[in-house]
Amino acid sequence: MRLAPLLGLVVACLGLAACGAGQAASPASPNLDTILAEKPAALLSDYGFFEDAGADHPASRVKPYDLINPLFSDDAAKHRFIYVPPGNMVQAEGAGLPEFPVGTALIKTFGFAPDMRSPEDGAYKVETRVIIRKADGWAAFPYVWNEAGTEAKYAPTGARRTIETISPAGEPLEIHYEVPNKNQCKTCHLSGDTISPIGPKLRNLDHAGPAGVDQLSDWVAAGLLDGVPLGMKRTPSSLDTSLPLEARARGYLDINCGHCHKPDGSASNSGLWLTLEETSPTRLGLKKHPTAAGRGSGNRRYVIDPGHPEESILAFRMASTEPGIAMPELGRTIPDPMGLELINAWIAGMEE
Amino acid sequence: MRPIILAAVAAVLLAPAACSRKEATAPEAAAPAEEGITHVSAEGDFAENLQLALIEAEPGDTIVMPEGTFAFTTGLSLDVDGVTLAGAGQGKTILDFAGQTGAGEGLLVTADDVVLTDFGIRDTKGDGIKSKDSDRITYQYLTVEWSGEPKATNGAYGIYPVESTDVLVQNCTVRGASDAGIYVGQSENIIVRDSIAEYNVAGIEIENSSYADVYGNIARHNAGGILVFDLPDLPVMGGHSTRVYDNDIVENNTVNFAPVGNIVAGVPSGTGLIVMANSDVYVTGNRFKDNRTVHAMLTAYTEPFTDAAYNPLLTDITLTGNTYEGGLDDPQGMLAPVAAALGGSLPAIVTDGVTRWNGGEDQPVNLVIAEAPEVGFISLGLGEYPLDPSKMQPAMDRPASTPVPEREPVVLPQDKARP
Repeated sequence: MRLAPLLGLVVACLGLAACGAGQAASPASPNLDTILAEKPAALLSDYGFFEDAGADHPASRVKPYDLINPLFSDDAAKHRFIYVPPGNMVQAEGAGLPEFPVGTALIKTFGFAPDMRSPEDGAYKVETRVIIRKADGWAAFPYVWNEAGTEAKYAPTGARRTIETISPAGEPLEIHYEVPNKNQCKTCHLSGDTISPIGPKLRNLDHAGPAGVDQLSDWVAAGLLDGVPLGMKRTPSSLDTSLPLEARARGYLDINCGHCHKPDGSASNSGLWLTLEETSPTRLGLKKHPTAAGRGSGNRRYVIDPGHPEESILAFRMASTEPGIAMPELGRTIPDPMGLELINAWIAGMEE
Repeated sequence: MRPIILAAVAAVLLAPAACSRKEATAPEAAAPAEEGITHVSAEGDFAENLQLALIEAEPGDTIVMPEGTFAFTTGLSLDVDGVTLAGAGQGKTILDFAGQTGAGEGLLVTADDVVLTDFGIRDTKGDGIKSKDSDRITYQYLTVEWSGEPKATNGAYGIYPVESTDVLVQNCTVRGASDAGIYVGQSENIIVRDSIAEYNVAGIEIENSSYADVYGNIARHNAGGILVFDLPDLPVMGGHSTRVYDNDIVENNTVNFAPVGNIVAGVPSGTGLIVMANSDVYVTGNRFKDNRTVHAMLTAYTEPFTDAAYNPLLTDITLTGNTYEGGLDDPQGMLAPVAAALGGSLPAIVTDGVTRWNGGEDQPVNLVIAEAPEVGFISLGLGEYPLDPSKMQPAMDRPASTPVPEREPVVLPQDKARP
């Protein structure tokens, strides 16, 4: 179905490139030398991940994907792509993060529509984050789009953009969006001494992807993934109301908090660990005193006070937008009403 | 089928596309005037210039900031090993975060062998300077402060190294932190010296850490002067081997302005020193003066806990050769009812007398109180928490104890004389 227009574009590109119009043309296949170069490319288009300058049409071997639970980023619409170099495959390692071959790139574009109730209509791009598996580990690079959405430039210091839109609830919304700088990328992506992707754990990819078919089977069929572990437990969707509240809440905390709140993450010193794998009630915050919360405690005594979201620090910090209080510390400037409602309901339903 | 067709077309494309591309260059920071030294320009957006210099620094570089007050809207971060970040002086280069709208601290360091020197940080919304997993870090000649009266909306920690080995804090001034001015957590091999901590909730706090020397400091006008704590439910526990010596611990009578929920919110205003749930702490040669509640409080962890790996008791705590003068005239906080039950005031040194927890057996705590005979002491004889004034069995006799030798000084690899 989608093959014909894509091919048409490719042919158009071919003409432009061949006649040498004096401008740099986008290569239609990713350039592995650029991907693995020591320094990041100045322009997103230099990598050749897309056939068009607007990064809407992925090049060959660049595959759109999505996640069961995404990280909340001010309600930005996210378009994710993975590139795996030819002749290589992602190797499954249980339900967690698989082993990605050197040269793998994960590309994520953040966009906002003028009205979030129809997120694809007239959406404009703000930033594209590229995280590349180099020979010595992952490296993350932020790119910021120009007004026209025709060029994204490497922006190591990030950027700030004011976005006016209509919220999913239909209210006018002004967002002071912050594109993280290169170091801030690392804060969230840290695992031990190195950085790693957050979203694409196999368990979080295990659903019908953007192509409308089972995503992992599709990856296997496309030669991107070596196989799916038997009996893998998928991440519970925070939006799936057929699931128990606890499973949905844990799925939400896993993606939104667990990247820092884990034993080798940026918030390890808090002793509050929120990944799906955590089993200790205290480490999950139940009746746990805050460690270094400061005014982030909101005059509440426990991270989670079972039965009492209104007395729980977790809910207080999720609802705040003030630096020093707001959690996560990076990546959002407005609260996530859906997430807050879910966490509040989960805590309210706990036995006291 | 689709991937194969596309791959074939792409292969055809690759060659002509490559021939017309220009070499791209990444943006660069201010050109280095000398090898390894970057002077950050105050021209244009200083905040952006500085952050770019911090990102593009190479190991071993020095980044020099000019004199002036510079406004920031988001936090700074440094993630390159061996970098020195230097200003023109504590009162001369001031990074002002009053307009901060993003990030949890003013400056976050996540690299080893970093030196932060000669600048000030003001009015951050969260912590002032945090360093995490940053071994051999040096904080020196820094001022971290919150303007105005001490208040609960100030950031939690001023200087905040955590999960690090070999931490040096010297010649710093911290004021106004709503938790601890200088806080070292979950670390080992630590020196905090020649610094001033004032108008914080806690002046200097060593928490869940080992091998710390705290000396030559002035802790004044905090709610509590110096705290040596160990808390449950943290990845690093069992804090031990801290020496606190030759400090001036004076007039720590500021009202406790910590937000409720934080452990320091329980520190009674007017407390000089608290040692809690630690072992091998040696306190000597300090000058305690005019602390209105108590000069030195030795205590077990006071809250309920479930962490099976945690020991809430004190073990091998020595107080010797300190001087105690004035104060003790207006007991505050959770010690106010205790003082009331004892006739209105507390002696210079108070211990809770807690020797067991969760209904377990009594444990030896070995408190060595080897002070001049006129220095007042009381054990509240609680036996176990929670605190119940009706169950106190106060005793003014100093407990029998076995002397603990003072351990060797902490030696840090980065501790060299200032050139």
